[in-house]
Amino acid sequence: MTLGGLYMPDGAEPVLDVRGLKTVFKTRGGEVHAVNSVSFHLRPGELLGVVGESGSGKSVTMMSLIGLLPSPPAEVRAGEVLLGGRDLLKLSPRDLQAVRGAKVGFVFQDPMTSLNPVFTVGNQIMEPLIKHMGMTKPQAEQRAAELLALVGIPDAKKRLKSYPHQFSGGMRQRVMIAIALACDPDVLIADEPTTALDVTIQAQIIELVKDLRQKLGMAIVWITHDLGVIAGIADRVMVMYGGQVVEQAPVRELFTNPRHPYTRALLKTVPSLTGERAARLEVIQGQPPLLLGAPVACPFRARCAHAFDRCEAENPQRRAVDGLPVGQGHDVACHWTPEAAHG
Amino acid sequence: MLSFTIRRLLTAIPTLLLISLVIFLLVDLAPGSPLSDVPLTVPPEVRQKMLEAMGADQPVMVRYLLWLKQFFWIEPLYGIDALFGTDFAQGAQRIISWQSKVPVFQIIGERLPQTLTVVGTAYLIGVLIALPIGIYSAYRQYSWFDQAGTFFAMAGFSVPTFFTGNLLILIFAVNLGWFPTIYDTNLEVVDWASFKEMLAQMALPVTVLALFNAAEISRYTRSSVLENLGQDYVRTARAKGMGEGRVVLKHVLRNSLIPVVTVVALGLPTVFGGAIVTEQIFKINGIGAALIGAINVSDLPTVQTVTFIFAVLIVLFNLIADILYGILDPRIRYD
Ligand SMILES: Nc1ncnc2c1ncn2[C@@H]1O[C@H](COP(=O)(O)OP(=O)(O)O)[C@@H](O)[C@H]1O
Ligand code: SF4
Ligand SMILES: [Mg+2]
Repeated sequence: MTLGGLYMPDGAEPVLDVRGLKTVFKTRGGEVHAVNSVSFHLRPGELLGVVGESGSGKSVTMMSLIGLLPSPPAEVRAGEVLLGGRDLLKLSPRDLQAVRGAKVGFVFQDPMTSLNPVFTVGNQIMEPLIKHMGMTKPQAEQRAAELLALVGIPDAKKRLKSYPHQFSGGMRQRVMIAIALACDPDVLIADEPTTALDVTIQAQIIELVKDLRQKLGMAIVWITHDLGVIAGIADRVMVMYGGQVVEQAPVRELFTNPRHPYTRALLKTVPSLTGERAARLEVIQGQPPLLLGAPVACPFRARCAHAFDRCEAENPQRRAVDGLPVGQGHDVACHWTPEAAHG
Repeated sequence: MLSFTIRRLLTAIPTLLLISLVIFLLVDLAPGSPLSDVPLTVPPEVRQKMLEAMGADQPVMVRYLLWLKQFFWIEPLYGIDALFGTDFAQGAQRIISWQSKVPVFQIIGERLPQTLTVVGTAYLIGVLIALPIGIYSAYRQYSWFDQAGTFFAMAGFSVPTFFTGNLLILIFAVNLGWFPTIYDTNLEVVDWASFKEMLAQMALPVTVLALFNAAEISRYTRSSVLENLGQDYVRTARAKGMGEGRVVLKHVLRNSLIPVVTVVALGLPTVFGGAIVTEQIFKINGIGAALIGAINVSDLPTVQTVTFIFAVLIVLFNLIADILYGILDPRIRYD
């Protein structure tokens, strides 16, 4: 297990290994290629940050992994999602249910709507315990109270009987984290868990997750808009654009040596360590790409200062920057290199 | 909840008083005379005597106040006397039907059970078929099942019951002879044979009313379930590994039922209105038929009393809907 910011050298088998994931939405206007040959892995205890502007395919990627997308219109068309030696994409709906909430916990963006308003918080935490861990009701209640205490909710035993509307946004997100961690999953996927919260609460939730990670040792995928957050907690970062992974590197490497024009633009919008965090990713000029049809060119070309002929003709593949195999060290999906003088 | 209920009951009193006054005045303004049945050969002095005997010669406000006293005080006393064998009423003047000269509440006591049997059964069956259809239609939106459901709901809702009723009578009672065309009010269920007879005579009216109710309620259920299926908490339930059955029948259904229960509770009294038509078609001697009969002969006390009881039911079911709402939705707190 590592602490935030430290990169764990290669060695351990990944807990989660995603290869060539493709997800399309069938719409009236045609097929939307929301996720395009996305590959990444997660080592035990590692925290992988996923950044990219809104619509870049972060959520769809993660929901595809455990079959959370409504089908139709979504269709996971290709790829492998290896977790504990099994390909999740090949599991029956029933077997997949046994994975969701048990091996993979999910925390969503909006804590105000993610909990069911008509059931008590205790009821909602106990559900996965009873289903996946085979606990009796009293056992589940006991464990639910422990979980609430673990995520920092005071007076846990009594709070089990409260309804979601009796909690603040930050407290609800803590409840969501308790639900996601209830069955001690190998992987926690947190999809912009602090975006909907105000800044002080954000910081508290981030501290909580750091703390839980040390205590429990699960691997985490942390999706965010905010590169500032990533710098503080991630071991590795994956940058997504237009449904593709455009750059991937250990966190220090990415911040000191960004290679993709999009990553560079992103880093420019993050103010230095002075602390103001006004700039969001949307600041980059131009529109996000429409993902209709299979990509044949670089999705970033319309907004890229370095774009040249090849970018129109060929979608760049990920290639290693530092000599390590793609995915293991630093890699980028771009035709341009700072060394070569393309223009 | 209790204090809320009491508060609502208390505020219902002025509402009901106002409603009763409006009903009383409106009915009173309607043209027609209580003596329209009396032959013209009867001399005017006798007619005047008859009016005086009924109390119909009194000014409307006097009759209204008397009726209020009778409705809220004397009739309940008679009710208590009937239940416990006491004698609180001590022969006080009851609300008397001008037409039949018997107490209106006695007529209601005879007619209401017929209506309740038919309407109540129809409503229950209607709800019981509407809920699963609505849920499944929403869960499989745009499937052939949903399309068929939409079609039948539109048809059931837009074709009036007097049409479907007569159609069913023509097919199943007249041509096929499976069911009787007339509802026998005096039929009492004492054994298996009479029970079957009861079922046979209830079948057509109950079907007509149940289908009509089911059409409306299944649409409400469908749209409510549909709305909830798209909510974030449903995704959370799936992400926890809950099966589809649990996701839909626990998480979605409990939320979807909140507006549906309101519609069901509010709809019940209006069904009595619809039953008036159905009772005419199927010749059921129920409360609706009593009301129509009383209107035809300007039997004002009966019309006023029965109409007011409908109003009381509407107010009552409003209250019940509010209370159920509070029970189903923890976000709503009344105190
Ligand atoms: N239900 C849907 N129908 C069609 N397209 C969708 C649907 N959901 C998502 N998409 C497409 O998938 C792309 C990626 O969305 P998403 O993964 O939610 O982005 P984000 O990176 O902000 O999480 C979006 O650009 C959108 O066009
Ligand atoms: S491939 Fe071309 S267009 Fe795409 S990011 Fe690189 S230089 Fe820009
Ligand atoms: Mg998202």
